[in-house]
Amino acid sequence: MSRLGAAATAAAAAFAIAAPFLLKPFGIFLISMWAVLTIAAMGLNLTLGYAGQVSLAQGAFVGIGAYTVALLTQAGCPFALAFAAAGGLCFAVGWMLGYPALRVAHHYLAFVTLAFTTLVFLVLRNEQWLTNGIYGINDIARPAFFGWSTRGALNFYFFCLGTLAVLSLATWWMLRSPWGRAFVALRENPIRALSLGLDTRRYTLMAFAIGSSLGGFAGGLYAPLVQFIEPGSFALGMSFNLLLMVIVGGGGYFFGPFVGALVAVLLPEWMRITQGYYLIVYAALVMAMMAFCPSNEPIRPPILIRSSGRDKLGSKNMAEVPASCNLYPLSAVVPNRRLPAVVNLARCTLFV
Amino acid sequence: MASFIQLLVSGLATGAIYALVAVGFTLLWQTSQTINFAQGEFVMLPAFFILAAMNADAPFWLAALIGLALAVVILGALFKIVIVDPMLRYGVLPLVISTIALSLFLKESVKDFYSSQAQPFPALVAATDLQFFGAVISTQSLVVLAVAIATIVMLHVLLNNTRLGRAMQATAQNPTLALILGVPVRRMVLYAFLINAALVAIASILISPIYLAKFTNGETLGMAAFTAAIIGGFNQVRGAIVGGVLLGVLDNLSAAYLSSQYRGAFPLLILVAVILLRPQGLLGRFEERTV
Repeated sequence: MSRLGAAATAAAAAFAIAAPFLLKPFGIFLISMWAVLTIAAMGLNLTLGYAGQVSLAQGAFVGIGAYTVALLTQAGCPFALAFAAAGGLCFAVGWMLGYPALRVAHHYLAFVTLAFTTLVFLVLRNEQWLTNGIYGINDIARPAFFGWSTRGALNFYFFCLGTLAVLSLATWWMLRSPWGRAFVALRENPIRALSLGLDTRRYTLMAFAIGSSLGGFAGGLYAPLVQFIEPGSFALGMSFNLLLMVIVGGGGYFFGPFVGALVAVLLPEWMRITQGYYLIVYAALVMAMMAFCPSNEPIRPPILIRSSGRDKLGSKNMAEVPASCNLYPLSAVVPNRRLPAVVNLARCTLFV
Repeated sequence: MASFIQLLVSGLATGAIYALVAVGFTLLWQTSQTINFAQGEFVMLPAFFILAAMNADAPFWLAALIGLALAVVILGALFKIVIVDPMLRYGVLPLVISTIALSLFLKESVKDFYSSQAQPFPALVAATDLQFFGAVISTQSLVVLAVAIATIVMLHVLLNNTRLGRAMQATAQNPTLALILGVPVRRMVLYAFLINAALVAIASILISPIYLAKFTNGETLGMAAFTAAIIGGFNQVRGAIVGGVLLGVLDNLSAAYLSSQYRGAFPLLILVAVILLRPQGLLGRFEERTV
């Protein structure tokens, strides 16, 4: 990490620690939600951004983790054990979900994982003897450690932040280990990775399993944070939202999910100033963000698109278009695909 | 036996509607690699165009035409120009998110600007029942089936027996070569979007009297359309038809004979099985796998 990057990380961490003291309870709830969803998005970033396996199932893993923790703690199991069980269960299920990924890729894989999410939702809703069906589970207790209770919003936020820090460090360490390199190789060129002697089969399964277990850990925090869980929270909507976080933050960037989760958690809330219409405005903003600042690596574009002209407008031509800037301020800035969408969005807005 | 026939006919009717939606879905995929996650909402919306026109005192036939025209302009042309065109070159994922956002946008817009309540929607024919070997079959199912089949036959003739249709097929199969041979590829892609919009509008007119017009209708319909398209074969129009009909019938039969709670699960299990055992779909061509 460069010196600048280290300084920025330290500043962001200091801000994350100072932030709750400036906020009202709902604000603390939101940043706690940010910490929790960042963990889940980090897992998806591992599966999708680093290993290149499209998954629409991360929300389902958050659900599995949340239900595991809620049910186990209500049965009298200590939180730490339940939390570990949530991660472990998701690791195992994620490993199994990885098998389809060995056979199909890209949009087919997206559909298999989408089907999985819906199946998990149906099981959570229908198996009333276990999950209490649509009525959900109430009164999920927040844990206490050695006399330090996390019942208060502030304490629980620091608990979430601490867990996030530990899990990010672990992920950071793993990504810099040979495993992390293998995941990237899997995304970039699986055939070459195979010919270099990497067991691509094992690493594909591993990418799914580890990414899913992070989803499970996030669920383990989600349940005591919200204190009420019901199947609808973990339907497709959450998986889509997590995917949005990864893409907006920039897939394959370590800090992408942190930024993406911040955008996805805060943006809808800020839009509440438009009152009843906030979801409409939020949806429109997401579409605009995707249209002007997509950060995903392009899959080879079809010829009819390639001939459309704007694609050829490289960054060196940017000096030639200032006149049109006033007319189309956003589209005049050519998005740099190597940068995360948020950075591009910032560049776009600065040009206005 | 009588109840089996009843279930079969109503399954065929819903299946035919699924097929219409799924065919539009595969057309978009074939011509422009667009996966439209808002396809379900596309079916939900035209019904509200029609209801809005009827609130302005238009008779049903005129309102239906207005709805169809609005759908073709908004869900066809505008959708392509505003949402799909700027994003296509960045690959599938950003477009997936964008269409998901679009589905949220459409759903919330209908909820906020029209109504969050289910709205009654006029049927094409008065609901009467026919007796057929002891089975009671509603004329509504038969009309739905007839209209859907007629639409699909027309589409089939258009695609296979006209110059325009063959140009569209060429575009779908190999855009580069089609361009070299003088096919106006971009216009063909636009036509695919317009046809998709017309198909969803027809599906909307057929399904809304049964399910009532409600802003959440798109969720199940969109899911059914993906599933049907994949089961049948993502890259074949006939595959989508077979997939849709199969799905409608299986859905009805499994809900009646196996478990109504898990009715949503059977299509998904079939979906997973098909993807794993025959990824190209039941009737699909094998696509070069980009590993």
